[in-house]
Amino acid sequence: MTLLQIAFFFLSALALASAILVITRRNAVHSVIWLIVTLFSVGGIFLLLHAEFLFAVQVILYVGGIMVLFLFVVMLVNLDVAVKQAQFSRQWQLALATAIILMAELAYGIYRGHQGFTLAQTSAVPPTIGNTQAVALALYQDYMLPVEIASVLLLVAMVGAVVMAKRKLE
Amino acid sequence: MAEHALQFLQANPLTYAVVKILIVFAVLSGLVAYLVYMERKVLAFMQARLGPMRVGPWGLLQPVADGIKLLLKEDIIPEGADRWVFLIAPAISVAAAFTCFAVVPFAGNFFVTDVNIGLLFILAVSSLGIYGIILGGWASNSHYPLLGALRSSAQLVSYEVAAGMAIVGVLLVSNSLSMVEIVKRQQEMGLWNVLVQPVACIIYVIAAVAETNRNPFDLPEAESELTAGFHTEYSGFRFALYFLAEYTNMVLVSCIAVTLFFGGWLRPFQSVRALDFLNYMPPVGLLGGAVFVFLLGRHNRVPMERVFFIGLAVVLVLLAGLVAIPVVLNAVQGIFWFTVKVLAFLYAFIWYRATFPRYRYDQLMNVGWRVMIPLALANLIVTAVLRYFLSSHGSASPAARLIGF
Repeated sequence: MTLLQIAFFFLSALALASAILVITRRNAVHSVIWLIVTLFSVGGIFLLLHAEFLFAVQVILYVGGIMVLFLFVVMLVNLDVAVKQAQFSRQWQLALATAIILMAELAYGIYRGHQGFTLAQTSAVPPTIGNTQAVALALYQDYMLPVEIASVLLLVAMVGAVVMAKRKLE
Repeated sequence: MAEHALQFLQANPLTYAVVKILIVFAVLSGLVAYLVYMERKVLAFMQARLGPMRVGPWGLLQPVADGIKLLLKEDIIPEGADRWVFLIAPAISVAAAFTCFAVVPFAGNFFVTDVNIGLLFILAVSSLGIYGIILGGWASNSHYPLLGALRSSAQLVSYEVAAGMAIVGVLLVSNSLSMVEIVKRQQEMGLWNVLVQPVACIIYVIAAVAETNRNPFDLPEAESELTAGFHTEYSGFRFALYFLAEYTNMVLVSCIAVTLFFGGWLRPFQSVRALDFLNYMPPVGLLGGAVFVFLLGRHNRVPMERVFFIGLAVVLVLLAGLVAIPVVLNAVQGIFWFTVKVLAFLYAFIWYRATFPRYRYDQLMNVGWRVMIPLALANLIVTAVLRYFLSSHGSASPAARLIGF
C-alpha cells in the first residue's frame, strides 16, 4: 500500500467512525465535536485528490464558520433536560431501512464500476492551472448565471433571517 | 561532513521537511518564551519600573523559571467538568497556532513548504483555534469561562471577516495565494504592499490585534468583569498551553502582516542601488548589540553577572564576524530582515498594551461591524475596479505601476 492509500483509508475510516459517533452521542456538544472531525476528514480526502481549494473552503466555511455557530446554539441548550429526552424519533426503523437501501444501491453502482456509468477521465499529468483558478473560471465564466441565481437566493434567505430575528420592526 | 548531510537531506525530502519543522518549532517556542519576558520588561520600562530582575542577570532566566513553575503545578480538573473536552481543548489551540507556520516564508531560502493556497491554508487552520477557546470555556462547566468563551468567539468571528477581506485586497494585487509568490511579487513591483494597499494594511493590523485578544481588544480576559475569561478554571501546564497559543498567535499574525504588507524577507529599499550598504546591517546590528550589552553590563555590581554580560558581548562580536563572511551574509540576509520586521511588530503589540485603554464591548462590536467591515468592502471594490480598468489600459501608465501592474 502506498502512503496515499494509507492516508485515504485512514481518513475514510475516521470520517465514517466520527459520523456514527455524531448520531449516537447523548451529549449534543460531543455530537458537534464529532461532526467537526467528520467534516475535517472529508476535507482531508479533498486534499488527497489535489482539490486543495475545496479543502480550504471546506475547512474555512464548514469547520471554521458553520460549526462554530452550531456549537454556539448547542452550548446554550440545557443539557440535563436534553439528556433525558429520547435520542431517536419513532421513525428510526424506517430511516435505517432507507439508509440500507441507499447503501445497497451505491454498493451495486461501485460493483458494476465502469460498465454501469462513465467516470470523468482524470489526467495523469497535473493540470497547468491551479485548482483555485480552475474553480474560479468554472464558477464565474462557465456557470455565471446559476451562480448569480444561487447568490440572490442566499441573499433573500439572509434578509429573511434578519427580519425574523428582529422581533419588531420599527 | 556538512556536504554529506546536505546531500542526504536533498535525497530525502520527507526527512528534510521534518528537520525544518523541528527547527521552526524549537525557535518559535524559545521566541515565545522570551516574548513574554520582553513584554514584561518593555511594559515595566514604559511604566518606570524595572520588571523581572531576580532570576538570572536582568531576569533573563525568568521564562525558564516560569516554565518550570507551570510544569510542576497541579493540573486541576474541576468537579463537573466535561473531562475529555477539558483536557483536549488547550491542545487544539496550540496545534492550530503552530500548524500555520508551515506556510510562512521566513526567508527566500527557508520555509517549511510553499503551497499554492498558502493564504487560504492559514485562514483555514487559524480558524480552528477558536475551538480551543469555545470548548475550553464550555467544558469548564463554570460561569466566567462560558461567558469569556462566548465573548471571545464572537469577537474572533467578527474580526475574521474584516481581516479576510483586507487579505483579498492583497490577493488582487499579487495574483497569487502562495506566500512566497506574494513576496516575490512585491520584489518585482519594487514596492511593498503597504504602499499599494494602505487601507487593507491598517484594517488587517487592527483585526490582528483583535483576533489575538490583545489590548485594547482584550475583553475576553477582562479581569474586572470575567476573572480570566475562558481559561479561568485551567491551571498548571494546560494553562501554559493556552498562554503559549496566545503568544504564538501574536507571532503568527506579525509574520502574516510582514509577509503580506511589508515585503517579507526583502530588505528595505531593495530596488535602490544607492542603499545597497544596508546589506551589511546583519553584522553591524550584532556589533551594535554587543556594544549595548557591554555598556549595560560593565558596571554591574554582581561579579558573576558582569562576567556574563561581557561574555555575551564577546559572543555577539564573534557572531558578527561569522555573519560578515560574504557567503554567510547572503544566506542570513532574508531571515535577518524578516526577524527584524516581526520583532518590530511584536514590540508594537506591547506598545499598544501600554498605551490604549480597553474598549467597551458594544464599542468593540460597533467598530468591527459598522466601520471595519464596510471599509474593507469599499477597499476591495475600489481595488477590483482599479485593477480591471488599469489592466485593460496596459501597464505603461505610472498609476498602473502603483497598483501593481
